[in-house]
Order: sequence, then structure tokens, then C-alpha cells
Amino acid sequence: MITLTVNDTVHELDLDPRTSLLDALRDHLALTGTKKGCDHGQCGACTVLVNGRRINSCLTLAIMHEGDAVTTIEGLGTPEALHPMQASFLDHDGFQCGYCTPGQIVSALGMLDEFRAGWPSHVSESLDGGTELSDEEISERMSGNICRCSAYPNIVHAIRAARDERADKGESEERT
Amino acid sequence: MREFAYSRAGDLEEAGRLAEEQAGRFIAGGTNLLDLMKLEVETPKALVDVSRLPLGEISPTEDGGLRIGAMVTNADLAADQTVRRDYPVLSRALLAGASGQLRNKATTGGNLLQRTRCYYFYETSAPCNKRNPGSGCAALDGFNRIHAILGTSDQCIATHPSDMAVAMLALDASVETRLPDGGSRTIALKNFHRLPGQTPEVESNLQPGELITSVVLPPPPKGRHIYRKVRDRASYAFALVSVAAIVAVENGKIASARLAFGGLAHKPWRDRAVEEALIGQEPSEALFEEAADLLLKEAAGHGHNDFKIPLGRRTLIAVLSEATKEAAQ
Ligand SMILES: Cc1cc2nc3c(=O)[nH]c(=O)nc-3n(C[C@H](O)[C@H](O)[C@H](O)COP(=O)(O)OP(=O)(O)OC[C@H]3O[C@@H](n4cnc5c(N)ncnc54)[C@H](O)[C@@H]3O)c2cc1C
Ligand code: SF4
Ligand code: FES
Ligand code: FES
Repeated sequence: MITLTVNDTVHELDLDPRTSLLDALRDHLALTGTKKGCDHGQCGACTVLVNGRRINSCLTLAIMHEGDAVTTIEGLGTPEALHPMQASFLDHDGFQCGYCTPGQIVSALGMLDEFRAGWPSHVSESLDGGTELSDEEISERMSGNICRCSAYPNIVHAIRAARDERADKGESEERT
Repeated sequence: MREFAYSRAGDLEEAGRLAEEQAGRFIAGGTNLLDLMKLEVETPKALVDVSRLPLGEISPTEDGGLRIGAMVTNADLAADQTVRRDYPVLSRALLAGASGQLRNKATTGGNLLQRTRCYYFYETSAPCNKRNPGSGCAALDGFNRIHAILGTSDQCIATHPSDMAVAMLALDASVETRLPDGGSRTIALKNFHRLPGQTPEVESNLQPGELITSVVLPPPPKGRHIYRKVRDRASYAFALVSVAAIVAVENGKIASARLAFGGLAHKPWRDRAVEEALIGQEPSEALFEEAADLLLKEAAGHGHNDFKIPLGRRTLIAVLSEATKEAAQ
């Protein structure tokens, strides 16, 4: 038996050690918002937050995450009360088929936290962390999320708008 | 995926004991090992989870260097203030690798021991001496665009895919380990990875059950730090060729040069003859050409990867020009 905490709910699960975190979420907890694209770390559709950090849930074992706090797309908002990042993807047409979207949204939240912590990226001119979150920075930092529909321009718009809105509200220091 | 026994090590001693008793493999971030286990390229009977061992610290060493715990993630290492300030070539190499999600999981120890991305190594129906010793090498006469041009053998022409290790090699890093009998040792990174020779399945000089505990960097070297990675797309792709360079120019002459290369060989590549040819000389296009000639003197393409010879040459020349630019003006 292992104990998994997902979206603040504690679950006791009897899992084969081979079960990936992704399969535990989808097949054992019926949290099918998190998608399986490649199952090999190459697409980002399976992105979840573990202790606030974005990771690929397909490349880790559920059994390795006892006691960790897992957040999936279902833990962000509901259709009645969308998370601002979810609303922004709707407002900006940040998707076409929608398959990559949960991964994009969860990844974007993890990415914004990394940016606020002052982490540089491959395209940052300097490593000192004083970078503006330009479209180029967003694209680089989101490169782990592939979109087969190539909705990239609007994905970048949606992320930028969600971030600007939060900055306007003076919430930039708050955890998402 | 084949069945395996799973256990989580509570301390270093237990990790060593479990690995020895069960002939188990360590799992840290899992981003390489699980990928390969899903395809049954790797079929360990037991996994020893070392991800919670207390090896997550980055701390100064007595002589002014830096000790990086084996469980420090690639993301945390790239963002560390000391690394950014004193070892920028390492931050740059890490940030050029994989994706934000993967860097949050990938660890320092696991990154060093990640396996090749040779397509045939991943394809269990193909002959591959690395996966199945003695079966042949499908890449020799197959698609070998991403393969090695230096230090290859007739058994294997695969490359080591790490970016981090290339920067660490230029920084003269060493690897600290714990042996299953409780002893410990330090291996210079330049002696850590192996060329394929007749045993391409043996990739490092670690013994079975030997755990990487940390990587140690000597005090920061002076000079410009550059990591240049050339790849098929702008992000989230492995290097075709990469160069880590730390070059200092004093009084118009190259005072020191450390150069390491990725994408060219079965291990991160460093060639002292190239560095020695540069030291004491005035930077010039002719000098850089000479350095590239030396580096690639014994380079051999295998068909699809012939382009890596001119690409390696141009990348080295571009990096050296950039590293010495201000001094030359
Ligand atoms: C899609 C994709 C793209 C990628 N792109 C890049 C890239 O551009 N550049 C790059 O450099 N890398 C890239 N990577 C590879 C990634 O960096 C590695 O998978 C990662 O660094 C491995 O670390 P890990 O902790 O997850 O290792 P694991 O998968 O846990 O382990 C890897 C190996 O190391 C052994 N091991 C782990 N820790 C220890 C230890 N402390 N002591 C002894 N043995 C140990 C394991 O037994 C195993 O054999 C990419 C990976 C993917 C999936
Ligand atoms: S190059 Fe090496 S890894 Fe690739 S098929 Fe040949 S033996 Fe296997
Ligand atoms: S399903 Fe995990 S990265 Fe594609
Ligand atoms: S919206 Fe279709 S894959 Fe991204």
C-alpha cells in the first residue's frame, strides 16, 4: 500500500511498483485531465506539480512519491471557478484540439514560479536573473511542452496575459 | 516493463547494502532509467531508490571550490547563485539541456550516467553491442547522423549525450563515490567515462554498487566562460556538437584555455594538445584553424555524420573568436 497526496486529498493505493505517477493518476484515481502523449519525457502532456515543481509524471514511479504533494489540472480550478491561467487559455484561444492543454497550463504555473524565483533560461542574456519575461523567454521556458496543433503563438499570449493580470493585481509574490 | 523489486534507501550504508544484496540499480530522478526500462532496454531485477538520500546540498570546499551533492537537480544547480557567478559555463550547459520539467527531476549523478541516444540502442530488435554484447552494431552501416567522429571503435560509434558533463570536464571536476564495502574514492571526471573499445557496454569506471555521492569543482578558473550547443531545433534537443570553453587572455595573448566537447565521442571529449597549441599565442583566425585541425586530426565520419567534422571545426572557431573578442579589439 502506498500513500499519495493528490490535490490535497490523501489516497491509499495498492500499486504494482512499475506504475508511473501518470498511470496512477489516470488509471487508479480517475484523474484523466493529465494526458499521456509520448510516455517518454518528450512532449510534456503529462506535466504535474510535485511539491510545487513541474515534472513529467510519465518518467517517475508513483511509489517514489509517497508523502509528496501532487497537483494536477483538476486541482487548479473547476469549470465554474476557473484558475486564472485556465481562463486565460480560453480567452486567448491557447489551444486547438486541447490535448496538450492541461500540461501547458500546469507547466506554465511551474514556469512562472521559476521565473519569479529569478531562474535564468537558455535565452537569457545574463545569468543574474534580472530578465524580462519576453515572448522569447516564455517560448524557451515552455519548450518542454509540445503542441501538435502548433497553437504556440496563442499559448504564449495566454501565459503572458495571465501573468500580466496577476502582476496588475499585485499578486506577483503570491504562490499560484 | 519487466518486474523488479523496489526499495528505498534511508542512508548511504543501506543504499550500498541493498544494491549489493539484490544486485540492484540505483534510481535517482528516473528520467533516463525508466525511459529505458519501459522499452526493456534496461531490465534491472531490483531498484534502489536513492532520491531521498541526504545528498542534495551545494557547499563550498576548503580550497575555494564547490561540492555538488549527487541528488542536486539540474534545475537547482543551474540556478545556484555561486554556480551562476563563478562557474557560468556550467549553468549555461545545464540550461541548454532537456526541458524545464526534466531539469527539475534529473540529478547530478544520474546526468553523468545517462546512456546514449543511439536509435539502435533503443530499438531492441536491432543488433547493438552496447545493449547486447557481441550482437553487432547497426549504426555502423545504418543511420548514424548523431554518432561519434572521435574515439570510436569497430564495436560502437555512439556518443555520450550529456551537456552538464561537458562543462564539468572543462572545469576539471572530480567525482566522489561510496563503495559497497563502505570505502570511498575520488575519480577525476576525465577518467570517469570510457571509450567504447571492445566493451561498449561498460561506460564508466564505477564498480557495481558504487554510488556517486558528489561532484567536486576546483576553485573557479579565470576567463570567459562559454557553452555553445548546436542542435536540430532551438530547444529541447540533444547536441550534435557542443563546446564548453573557459579562455583567459592577458596582454593580448591566450593565458589559459580549457575546452571540452559534446556530441563528438563516447565520452565528453578533451584534448590537451589543442589547449597547449593556443596558450601563449595571440588570438587569430589562423591560430583557431590550427586548433581545429589538431582537434579533428583523427576524426572519421560514418556517412550521415560526416557533417560533424566541418561543424565541429566551425563551432570551435566561432567559440574561440567569441572568447577572445574583446582582447583582440
Ligand atoms: C526528452 C529528453 C530530452 C533530454 N535532453 C537532454 C539534453 O539536451 N541534454 C542532456 O544533457 N540531457 C538530456 N536529457 C537527459 C537527462 O539529462 C537525463 O535523463 C538525466 O540527467 C538523468 O538523471 P536522473 O537523475 O533522472 O537519472 P536516472 O534515470 O535516475 O539514472 C540514470 C543512471 O544513473 C544511475 N545513477 C543515478 N544516480 C546515481 C548515483 N548517485 N550513483 C550511481 N549511479 C547513479 C542509475 O542507476 C542509472 O543507470 C534528456 C532526457 C529526455 C527524456
Ligand atoms: S553505435 Fe553503439 S549503441 Fe549504437 S548500435 Fe552501435 S553498438 Fe549499439
Ligand atoms: S507523456 Fe510524459 S512527456 Fe509525453
Ligand atoms: S492544442 Fe492540440 S496538441 Fe496542443
